Amino acid sequence: MTADMPLRQGVSLHLDRTTFRYGEVGFAFDVEFPTGEITAVMGPSGSGKSTLLNLVAGFETPRSGRVLIGGKDFSDASPSERPVSMVFQENNLFAHLDVFRNVGLGISPSLALTAADHAAIADALARTGLAGKDKRLPRELSGGERQRVALARALVRDRPVLLLDEPFASLGPALREDMLDLVAAVQTERKMTTLFVTHQPRDARRIAAHVVFLESGTVAASGRAGDFFSASGPAAFQRYAGAADEG
Amino acid sequence: MAQRDEQIGTTANPLSQAAHPAALRDRRVGAGMAALAFVAILIGGAFLGLAIESAGDFSGAATALDSYLFRIVRFTLWQALLSTCLSVVPALFVARALARHPGFFGRNFILQLFAVPLALPAIVAALGVLALYGRAGYFASFLTKIAGEDWPGIYGLSGILVAHVFFNLPLCVRLFLEALQTVPADQWRLASQLGMGVRPAFRFIEWPALKQALPGVAGLVFMLCITSFTIVLILGGGPRATTLEVAIYQALRFDFDPARAVALTLLQVLLTFAVVALLSGLGANTTAETGLSVARRRYLSIGGGETVLNALLIMLALLFVAGPMMATIAAGLQSDLVRLIGEPAVHRATTTSAALAFLSALLATALSLSLVMARHGLAGRRGRTSGRSLLEYATDTGAGFVLVVPPIVIGAGWFLLLRHVGSAFAIAPVMVVAVNATMAMPFALRAIRPAYDAASERHERLCAQLGITGWARLRLIDWPVLQRPLATAFAFAMALSLGDLGVIALFGSDSLQTLPYLLLARMGSYRTADAAGLALLLGLVCFALILLADRLGKERSP
Repeated sequence: MTADMPLRQGVSLHLDRTTFRYGEVGFAFDVEFPTGEITAVMGPSGSGKSTLLNLVAGFETPRSGRVLIGGKDFSDASPSERPVSMVFQENNLFAHLDVFRNVGLGISPSLALTAADHAAIADALARTGLAGKDKRLPRELSGGERQRVALARALVRDRPVLLLDEPFASLGPALREDMLDLVAAVQTERKMTTLFVTHQPRDARRIAAHVVFLESGTVAASGRAGDFFSASGPAAFQRYAGAADEG
Repeated sequence: MAQRDEQIGTTANPLSQAAHPAALRDRRVGAGMAALAFVAILIGGAFLGLAIESAGDFSGAATALDSYLFRIVRFTLWQALLSTCLSVVPALFVARALARHPGFFGRNFILQLFAVPLALPAIVAALGVLALYGRAGYFASFLTKIAGEDWPGIYGLSGILVAHVFFNLPLCVRLFLEALQTVPADQWRLASQLGMGVRPAFRFIEWPALKQALPGVAGLVFMLCITSFTIVLILGGGPRATTLEVAIYQALRFDFDPARAVALTLLQVLLTFAVVALLSGLGANTTAETGLSVARRRYLSIGGGETVLNALLIMLALLFVAGPMMATIAAGLQSDLVRLIGEPAVHRATTTSAALAFLSALLATALSLSLVMARHGLAGRRGRTSGRSLLEYATDTGAGFVLVVPPIVIGAGWFLLLRHVGSAFAIAPVMVVAVNATMAMPFALRAIRPAYDAASERHERLCAQLGITGWARLRLIDWPVLQRPLATAFAFAMALSLGDLGVIALFGSDSLQTLPYLLLARMGSYRTADAAGLALLLGLVCFALILLADRLGKERSP
């Protein structure tokens, strides 16, 4: 499946002066994400990380402004029409369907799969370290394996934007690093424009090239990860990271 | 792969400017609209028929507004109020007693027994009450001794109240117990650590939980009692104890005065809406769940005196609820069951009942599923931020309001509308199925909704993202999760339809007899033993269906 794939360029992702309200809380994002690279989206609870991802994925519709993907306006498109895959913190899988079918739904929402699709699914499962587990039900998998299934599905879906909403928050440190390396490898191969929400500066530093830091519903700072995590990084981020380390 | 990229490209063109393009294509919403349209046409058509019929002659409507009507309204409200109080207040304490003694001997059996009246045919219960407290009932000689004069039998207000409490007390107990079991175990741990006694624990823990459920439960019971038909028809016994619902029936069946029936129906609908509005102002949610969770361990030590008192309370409630059921069984066994089962009339009625109930249960389940799915489709469409639309309300709480419309009015309306077209009695089976399905729908809805809600919580975003919609979604995602709840809803709806004496009371004839109708006919011709035997048979079938529904409901997949 990977052999005949052309070299990926990634796709641009731009929240163009988008605003959104959730009850009393207002959000305003005007940010362009680096094409074909991983951007860590960080910030305190309630700062709008998940809202930002939901706007890109289409689970929320902006009040004003545009969601531009590859230069095209997707503001009103339904989630399935967008060139986006998202991995949630939990509930990524249908509990009554086995691993194979959970991945297969990424290719065909009615599970009408061709022989080529079967091969692609087997490939994706092998790629994510799930070979031989295709007949397992989600409850027979560990937390890490379940998220691997979600990644395998993102692989077969093959959409140019990947959104990761704290997908490894409930995993232990060693397992988390394995998963991060898997994400990094997959991303390098497919050049997906990737947003990665995390609370852990260490995770961000491990795989992200860029950081976008949110505060009170808007982008407070952004830049290259190397600059961000150095002593001369943005003051707001320093305060947050310091507090996070203490907590 | 290239083809798929192509797809992404083509879908990226500027989408239609319709407000919610994604939701409009959601077939779940379409299914819900179809279900709502079905109900609207069913009810609307009936009112149209009545309106056309009464348009020529309003004298009936005018004469309806007399002092007799005033008495009926007063009695309707009065019996509903008394029934509600007598059901709700004792239920508070019985539920509390059951909650405080999770290890009470036979607790599960008691709770299962308390689930039975909800789907037991009203006519069976009415007969059970009569077999126990009637003039020739099992308690008659005992009651004669106490009263010092011949026991006149339990008719009129007292009979209606006993039967209503028999139906609603167990329902209230289950709903209140449910409310008490929502109290987190940690609160009980805290209470025992703080050394809370019986009174403070009631005041700070139990009462707040009960108080929250109270308006909803009371509202539900009040609505069920205000529209009660069979009980009042059989136990009311005369013009002094007549409710609006029975007066509507009499206006149609005996006086054939559609204008009067329309006036009475509108009055009943207005009254019920007023009461429900009043209660929802108090924070009532009339869509209470009737599920049952397992008892959790409590950390409270309970004194010996309270234990005795609680045990006494539970036993009294048990005796009150089990009494009419036992009487039904005892009276039924005394009848000539073998001959009864061999009778061709009984055969025909049984076959008719089974076929009609099966079809209406099927329809009720389909209607409920459509509404539940549409509700989520609509909720997904508006996002979390805006308020609910009227349409969404109709798929949710609004659906419960069909209970306000008297089934016989729907039947009568269509009868009048179609009698110019052809033989009106030919539509009788269709009417019975359609109306019974609609009336069972709010209950079926309650069996399906929690499961669909829970599944939807997990699946909604995933399905949206992967584009799993329509038939594929039903087949791959919803059906596997909903099989059991749907079966529960089906069994329950079938029990309700089997025992119904609404439309059939109006449409029943020698050519179309259901078991409840046959039972009523035997009662009318004073073949009491036959009636008792039929009541036993009907009760047993419904009991089996309830057990099935309960079992299916409990073994929910993890």
